[in-house]
Amino acid sequence: MSEPGSLRRTALVELHRGLGARLIEFGGWEMPVQYTGIIDEHRAVRTAAGLFDLSHMGELWVTGPEAASGLARAIATDPGRLAVGRAHYSMMCAPDGGIIDDLIVYRLGPERFLVVPNASNALVVAAELRQRLAGTDAQLEDATLTTSLIAIQGPRAREILAPLTDVSLDPLRYYAIAAGTAAGVPAHVARTGYTGEDGFELFVAWADGPVVWETLIAAGAPLGLMPCGLGARDTLRLEAGMPLYGNELGRDGTPVEAGLGRVAKLDRGDFVGRDALEANAAAPRKQLVGLVLKDRGIARHGYPVYLPGADVACGDVTSGTMSPTLEVAIAMAYVPPDQAALGTMVDVGIRASRVPAEVVALPFYRRGA
Amino acid sequence: MEVPDGLRYTADHEWLRSEGDQAVVGITAYAADELGDVVFVELPAVGRKVAAREVFGVIESVKTASDLYCPVAGEIVAINDALTASPELVNSDPHGAGWMIRLRPDDPAAPETLLDADAYRAIIGG
Repeated sequence: MSEPGSLRRTALVELHRGLGARLIEFGGWEMPVQYTGIIDEHRAVRTAAGLFDLSHMGELWVTGPEAASGLARAIATDPGRLAVGRAHYSMMCAPDGGIIDDLIVYRLGPERFLVVPNASNALVVAAELRQRLAGTDAQLEDATLTTSLIAIQGPRAREILAPLTDVSLDPLRYYAIAAGTAAGVPAHVARTGYTGEDGFELFVAWADGPVVWETLIAAGAPLGLMPCGLGARDTLRLEAGMPLYGNELGRDGTPVEAGLGRVAKLDRGDFVGRDALEANAAAPRKQLVGLVLKDRGIARHGYPVYLPGADVACGDVTSGTMSPTLEVAIAMAYVPPDQAALGTMVDVGIRASRVPAEVVALPFYRRGA
Repeated sequence: MEVPDGLRYTADHEWLRSEGDQAVVGITAYAADELGDVVFVELPAVGRKVAAREVFGVIESVKTASDLYCPVAGEIVAINDALTASPELVNSDPHGAGWMIRLRPDDPAAPETLLDADAYRAIIGG
């Protein structure tokens, strides 16, 4: 166990070093940002497969007779509506509707749920969930530090993983999960991901992470599998129009403002933040949009967005990069709700210049399109 | 890490190659490696006069944007247009095809005040 104040490391950190990874601090963990290069890794995921160590993310098990109803009041979705073996995307909101985290909830049994928060919010979500479940017949076990999570993503992910798991992958639909083995160790295999490609996320015991990683690398390298870091993870999810907590999502925004109103359905029982979200849905303060830059320049987090000719910014860029797949500069930004129509032209402030950009639909990239 | 002997260097990881009364400037392999995949280079207009250590442009990688500092004062006489379509040349050939600007130094002796290859190697710990 690491000392308080120092960075946490996953069970795979020495493997990453051995592969020449550049390590950075992320969410309190020392994680690989790249191995050979962000663009090469990004392209590997789009054309073959990439392997990601996601062991820094949280894993919270919620069990018991009131697990479903307790979660339904604690988060913005109703996991009781999930069939066993299914999952959905969710958010935890504050009473004022602000987003505490976005998460995936998997249902492993009638009274057994796995909640996966972001690494940077794992402790906050665990504490908040524990508090919100207090007094209910539901138990919370934080397995973050006893679970390794490895994702294989890309068009060849299924082909690479299939011989290495006893879970049948063809019947495993998108957002489904099954228990079995992978690389000879007990695993939960989920067909979820953060890249816009087909892929799988493998939840295994902490100490089993290295054997799963090395087995997948050995089997997948001949088929084009590359280890991928957080740099490529970010460019992939941005192309796929997926939000990142800390950029598109935060305490100062709501699901509706982030274009994710369908996640927080209001036509059900009460949950934390429900009334605030209902009021906000009628009067959102901002709207998240996709932008494509029409002239040379790259929009980045924090850059101002202007209506053409305006002196004062009307919004700001939340994420941006040069898209490796599309080879144009793409971005997500918050603009006033009445300036969010597709085709609206805005200007992005990039240093001393204003670069025109067009509001476009998300995602920027769709697999198979 | 490649540090060619015939070039001059700055602590900001630029290199300079004297060619008569002109000088060619780019960033070093060390800087390119630190940046990662270069996706965009913003260069000045030809004819602009820059001071020593003045920002003459910006280089962007996937994750960051960094200023480019002019090693010596002078007038820009050419820029590398190839970097518009192929910014990755900075990664693949930082001391050659990845050159950025050509300038005419105000003071012909200024380049000799810069670091030599050994001094630059010492800085980057190589």
